[in-house]
Amino acid sequence: MPIEANGKVFETDEEGYLANINEWEPAVAEAMSKEDDLDLTDEHWDIINFLREYYEEYQIAPAVRVLTKAVGKKLGKDKGNSKYLYGLFPYGPGKQACRYAGLPKPTGCV
Amino acid sequence: MSDVKKFMYLNRRAPYGTIYAWESLEVVLIGAAFDQEVSLMFVDDGVFQLVKGSDTSESDMKNFTPTYRTLGDYGVRHMYVDKTSLEAHGLTQDDLIEVAWEDWESEEEVDNIVEVLDSEELAEKLGESDVVFSF
Repeated sequence: MPIEANGKVFETDEEGYLANINEWEPAVAEAMSKEDDLDLTDEHWDIINFLREYYEEYQIAPAVRVLTKAVGKKLGKDKGNSKYLYGLFPYGPGKQACRYAGLPKPTGCV
Repeated sequence: MSDVKKFMYLNRRAPYGTIYAWESLEVVLIGAAFDQEVSLMFVDDGVFQLVKGSDTSESDMKNFTPTYRTLGDYGVRHMYVDKTSLEAHGLTQDDLIEVAWEDWESEEEVDNIVEVLDSEELAEKLGESDVVFSF
């Protein structure tokens, strides 16, 4: 289902992931989170921006285990655990945060 | 865990042009979640999978060469490259990407897990593996 943000229409796949990562803009994340009844805070944006940087560097969405470790290393140990990340993204930090960030679904995520 | 097996992914084909290299890489990424001891080996045209500075913009394939650099984060411990194949293609280790590995609990670090070995050493590594996947 396409998603509307910032007056534009963005194509998505059948699971709601953005069809073209290069089209992403912050308004897409805002629109997606609104559909999930979630207010994006700075803490959410830290993770979304982290995922975009990771993708930029490695060309894949990280597995949740790798994400958790990498967040701990970059943003501090108190944030590098599933409790914190699931608190922010209740549908799963891998799936939900990657979707907001415009990334494809993480490899190996079912 | 007592039943950790040694998995070896043997890569023998050029990265772009066929789907084998990407498929192999995806299996490694998925398999890393199962806490096995994972090593990769690059032989024949497979050595091109690790050549840095690849540019796929003229082809229809995504450039996944940068993805190999995150394999250390996925628990891959060794990446072996066949010296003979490298030389046959006029390449040296300087042409290859570097992959860092770090144990995030003990903070033990290895700057580069990419290792160039001769045929004898490669045969030894293959022999030590419990499972070999060939792509």
